[in-house]
Amino acid sequence: MTTAETSTVDTTERAAGAASTGPAPRERSTVPVQTRSERPTSFEPADFGTPTGREVNWKLSDVRRLAPLFVDEATEEGDESAVSYDVAGLESYLVESTGHDVAPRGEIFEPEDVVAAIAWKRCANALHVRIPEGETVAEPLVARIAGQGEGRHANAHIVLEALPGSDATIVLEHSGSAAYAQNVEILVRDGARLTVVSVQEWDDTAVHAAAHQAVVGTGAYLKHVVVTFGGGVVRVNPSMRLAGEGSEGDMLGLAFADAGQHLESQVYMHHEGVSTKGDVLYKGALQGEGARTVWIGDVLIGQDATGTDSYEKNQNLVLTDGTRADSIPNLEIETGDIAGAGHASATGRFDDEQLFYLQARGIPEEQARRLVVVGFLMEIVQRIGIPDLEERLAADIEAEIARGAGLAPASRAGA
Amino acid sequence: MSTLEIKDLQVSIETQEGSKPILKGVDLTIRSGEIHAVMGPNGSGKSTLAYTIAGHPRYQVDGGSITFDGQDVLAMSVDERARAGVFLAMQYPVEIPGVTVSNFLRTAKTAIDGEAPQLRPWITSVREAMGDLRMDSSFSERNVNEGFSGGEKKRHEILQLELLQPKLAVLDETDSGLDVDALRIVSEGVNRVKGKTDMGVLLITHYTRILRYIQPDFVHVFVDGKVAEQGGKELAERLEDEGYDRYLKAGV
Repeated sequence: MTTAETSTVDTTERAAGAASTGPAPRERSTVPVQTRSERPTSFEPADFGTPTGREVNWKLSDVRRLAPLFVDEATEEGDESAVSYDVAGLESYLVESTGHDVAPRGEIFEPEDVVAAIAWKRCANALHVRIPEGETVAEPLVARIAGQGEGRHANAHIVLEALPGSDATIVLEHSGSAAYAQNVEILVRDGARLTVVSVQEWDDTAVHAAAHQAVVGTGAYLKHVVVTFGGGVVRVNPSMRLAGEGSEGDMLGLAFADAGQHLESQVYMHHEGVSTKGDVLYKGALQGEGARTVWIGDVLIGQDATGTDSYEKNQNLVLTDGTRADSIPNLEIETGDIAGAGHASATGRFDDEQLFYLQARGIPEEQARRLVVVGFLMEIVQRIGIPDLEERLAADIEAEIARGAGLAPASRAGA
Repeated sequence: MSTLEIKDLQVSIETQEGSKPILKGVDLTIRSGEIHAVMGPNGSGKSTLAYTIAGHPRYQVDGGSITFDGQDVLAMSVDERARAGVFLAMQYPVEIPGVTVSNFLRTAKTAIDGEAPQLRPWITSVREAMGDLRMDSSFSERNVNEGFSGGEKKRHEILQLELLQPKLAVLDETDSGLDVDALRIVSEGVNRVKGKTDMGVLLITHYTRILRYIQPDFVHVFVDGKVAEQGGKELAERLEDEGYDRYLKAGV
């Protein structure tokens, strides 16, 4: 299952085979398989055709379960038959957006796959959140998006816009069940600071494919966070353009995959401006038969992006046998003048030395494992910066671990 | 009154070339209030002894016994040994991302005592112990050993010693990588805990300099997995002058 262009850990396979691997996660790197910036875009779904699972951007996806999202059909708008939106918390920041052509909708968004093209086409009126110029919003603005039933198809286009000098946090929370295609267009104007958090706490029957496309202006900052616990298939693909001088961006992700869950993120950070700074960190935990995560991380440092500082990393913690984590980091650099660039990927089972250290302080093995897993994932949660949400996510992590309590730990590599 | 009794201990590790014997019959008895220094050249098996007492899975016990107050230590899991009162201060403490020092210390204390410490007295004793070890209070909100300097890691080990108050402390090369000030602070910490609790101490070291701060009652020289010579602290003074050469030559 391991091929030249992917770095894959399949615990079933590994437990049977590789004898030379140590207990510690292994650092790996790979060469680019395609130029991410050359991925075709179109607003017309037919231009993409229906994914077969052989395409470069679908080959690690669960195309069978995502199939409802490939259907270019009218989905109802306005009434809340498929997905409901509770936007009471950000009402005063909503701006009317009627029709496909009303700015800033489409200013930067270009569908890169059929799901995004259908969502664009079939959602006429976007949800547009705008933070006024210079305004600091202390409390996070939360939109609650709830699926109304298994298999109900919904398409959405959401515009999140932070005007110059503003400072705010927007949270998109997802729960219930639906077949939900979602475009999120994020515009961070010059000097603004914005945090966008997308939390997936769907039921296990939900199917969710999202394309987030963000642009960060001169001296602006975007923290983008994807947290996924629930959902059958969840594919959230964020891309971020650091477009101005000194633009900065953090792309953070946390996925906890249980038996039967397929959680995927194709992450793209594009340094366009001078002295831009980017940090990508995605972490995954996997437990139970068929638990699956996919992470493809592309970083492109453009030829004008001199003085860039960039780092991307994906780490996965394999908690039981029968899981599979795919992790593919790619780094393209088109200029010789950069401050720093690096990438790393590590997938492994528990670090025995961490367990030993905790147990040597009297902490029983089961509790020590829990501490290590929680700690591993909390590194992402700690960076969100919203205390209430951090507390809730910590509880979610504990609940996930409790679900896996009866499962046997991943077998030792080489054992 | 506690006694750790090691008899004819034989330990090996798995290497790529197969099983390799490290300890070849070690006898050692440590009682409450006693300080034993185990010294010896690199590769003589000192750290193997420390990790075997603590129960690290890498070390395979091929023969002999370890008992603590008559209980079979080798039959206990790592955490059971710690709860029985055995503490290992590690040479290379491990980073635990996302777990804060304060959470870790409270969790360990709760595990050792079998109940959660009372909040107020606990916070006070943590603060005092950190002050004694010249550790900034911001330490408690950092993740365990993450980004700690070598000296900070060792202070953090001794902080745990102060708070967990074991019956027996095994200090594995606690002096390595410490400058003279840190060595003094760490040594004072060990002496302070011993003064309070009358714990036994097994001090593993390559160099004699820590013995200027922590006075041993007994010195054991390890060579090639065995005790080659033992005596009082005068033996350490002799090693200071002569080094380990004469043992190594004798072994050839």
